Amino acid sequence: MASIPYIPEYSGVETYLNTKHTVLSWLLTEDHKRIAILYMISITVLFAIGGTAAVIMRLQLLTPHSNLVEAETYNKLFTLHGIVMVFFFLVPSIPTTLGNFLVPLMIGARDLAFPRINLFSWYLYIAGASLAITCLILGGVDTGWTFYTPYSSSFSNTHVVLAITGVFIAGFSSIFTGLNFIVTIHKMRCPGMTWFRLPLFIWAMYATSIIFVLATPVLAITLALVGLERILGVGIFDPNLGGDPILFQHLFWFYSHPAVYIMILPGLGVISELVTCYSRKAPFGYAFIAMASLAIAILGFLVWAHHMFIAGISIYGGLVFSVLSFLVAIPSAIKVFNWTATLYKGSIQLDTPMLYALGFIGLFTVGGLTGLFLATLGIDMHVHDTYFVIAHFHYIMVGGAVMAYMGGLHFWWPKMTGKLYPEMWGRIAAVILFIGFNLTFFPQFLLGYLGMPRRYYAYAPEFQVYNVMSTAGASILAIGYLLPLGYLLWSLRWGKTAGPNPFHAAGLEWTTASPPPPDNFDETPIAGEPYNYHEMDFSDV
Amino acid sequence: MSELVAHQFDDLEQQIEADTLGMWTFLATEVLFFGGMICGYCVYRLLYFTAWHQGSLIVDNFRWLGVSSGAWNTAVLLTSSLSVALGVRAAKMGDNRFLAMMLVVTLVLGVAFLAIKAAEYTHEYHEGVVPGYSLFHPDQEISSDLHRAAAESHTAETTLRREFQLFWVFYFFITGVHALHMVIGVGLFTYLLIETRRGRFTPQKHAPIEIMGLYWHFVDLVWIFLLPLLYLVR
Repeated sequence: MASIPYIPEYSGVETYLNTKHTVLSWLLTEDHKRIAILYMISITVLFAIGGTAAVIMRLQLLTPHSNLVEAETYNKLFTLHGIVMVFFFLVPSIPTTLGNFLVPLMIGARDLAFPRINLFSWYLYIAGASLAITCLILGGVDTGWTFYTPYSSSFSNTHVVLAITGVFIAGFSSIFTGLNFIVTIHKMRCPGMTWFRLPLFIWAMYATSIIFVLATPVLAITLALVGLERILGVGIFDPNLGGDPILFQHLFWFYSHPAVYIMILPGLGVISELVTCYSRKAPFGYAFIAMASLAIAILGFLVWAHHMFIAGISIYGGLVFSVLSFLVAIPSAIKVFNWTATLYKGSIQLDTPMLYALGFIGLFTVGGLTGLFLATLGIDMHVHDTYFVIAHFHYIMVGGAVMAYMGGLHFWWPKMTGKLYPEMWGRIAAVILFIGFNLTFFPQFLLGYLGMPRRYYAYAPEFQVYNVMSTAGASILAIGYLLPLGYLLWSLRWGKTAGPNPFHAAGLEWTTASPPPPDNFDETPIAGEPYNYHEMDFSDV
Repeated sequence: MSELVAHQFDDLEQQIEADTLGMWTFLATEVLFFGGMICGYCVYRLLYFTAWHQGSLIVDNFRWLGVSSGAWNTAVLLTSSLSVALGVRAAKMGDNRFLAMMLVVTLVLGVAFLAIKAAEYTHEYHEGVVPGYSLFHPDQEISSDLHRAAAESHTAETTLRREFQLFWVFYFFITGVHALHMVIGVGLFTYLLIETRRGRFTPQKHAPIEIMGLYWHFVDLVWIFLLPLLYLVR
């Protein structure tokens, strides 16, 4: 590793970025790397919209009876925040950006198996997101992101059908991404890339894709039925018309609980890569980490009714789903323990991606353990629909998925752009995000335990202290997100040239130029053992 | 050879394997897609047995030469699966004339299925069982049947009528989505027929035929589940 051939920016080498310049060449590209960039820009815009809604909500909750927004507006804000963040940011975030970019590179392929379907899936995403934004402009939806019936089908006077259509279309975007990844990972691995030499990120993508393909269609059909009920006025889910609202919840959560694992599994994959690289060690228990991803994906299909403990399901159903939910903790804990064991006696380097990874491990552990509280029938009765639940899933979704996305984005940024981001700023932003996140969401555990219900625009005055802390944390969090936006864009123009492997990482993606050529590799690579850090020379680091 | 293989693949074999696995994965999605609907159907069948029993009787009512439309459709669709299978075999052997013939047979049978379905829908429209605010007006005979069933099962007639309408929601939704798949299949087979006539398929390269065959068999298989659920169960 001592002498890495270093490719200056304007040396006339063809990369995927400079191969063609027109806008049309981007909009009609079939290159997985360019599609990843298209996705990255799109989800960043949607994240900004969802984040803005969150900021307004936190400002509203600064005081117990604020008049910043009306109750109805507040309902629309949290619905907007939920729909945008879940369906248009978290679900596609890592798979469509890092996944799209890295899956072919990591397995030594020239592209995904179906490049045209990949582009089509981006257009579906854009169509879905446009409908969601149109819905916002027309006045929003107030059902919550869960579209619970009968409110969503018979009572709400907002643009439910439009929002549902948007989510429905975006769902097919996910399905096509998952399909593409499954086929690519099965059929397009380069010589030497056996299943148990696959990077752990690929295993995570594979597990995620299975959920994409098997869970999303059920959401699609459920939302279609809600739309049908709304348009025709027939009782599918509305008990007044002869429908069964619990059936809606069963069908909805059959997708939406596995969707939680769609959001976190890619994050787990990213962290496995970061921890090994910055410990300069092969991962401890590679096979266990890989299989834990699959186990989470499979178990994820069997726990949906833990969202419905107080919705009127039978006590025996509750018991079974409680036990099954506890089981998810096993593969999750395997991952946390294996990362920790990987750190043990490693040469740890606290660069930006590693700071995110360490932050992730802590926050994911808190989020996971509080998940056990919620899987416990008795405790769930008490804290159901309170801020405890909000805090729990934000520890997984923001503390987990978003932190991993940020860590991965930094780690592979030089590969994607050929430029290094300013390391010091990166570290500062990572620490700010960690502090801001905890200040925002830890008080919400206390609020929930004390009984503050979720989804209200006002609250009892005794809860104010924690709410002020949470809002203060949110403002720090906002700075933490704006900083990377600034310096990453800055690095595009003024960043140092990265070279193929600036972080001395193992993995095929680091053997090709940064940014990679249009066909990824000059010649088809041959894969050896993964994570061969013990064979690498770090004398110049 | 190279123009046959897309740039991301090493060779034709890899491309065919990938295309086939892609279709299988898509069909896995489809299983869950129909699975959601069928699950809803079964739940309500258990909950509202009396009303749904009445619904099943009427679905099976529409007959031609004394045989129910469901049976006709099953015969038509199963035969079309045979013609697709024979077409795939012909494509493998390079017999493009026979392949084109089989594609035509498949198209005719596919359209026949849709025609029977359309006649059935029209019949049901005239009976007034199409759900919706203004559409749902069951005719005299059905109404009196419902009245009797309500009295026998000690349920309020309005409740029973509502549950009866729900049966038709699911009937039209499931068969409608299935018919949509048929329409897409007919469209794609028409395209494949044109390609066959142009001589695009060779014994080495006929993956589109094989993959569309998978799709068609799947749509057929869905019908095999719909027939007992909608027509045979009383």
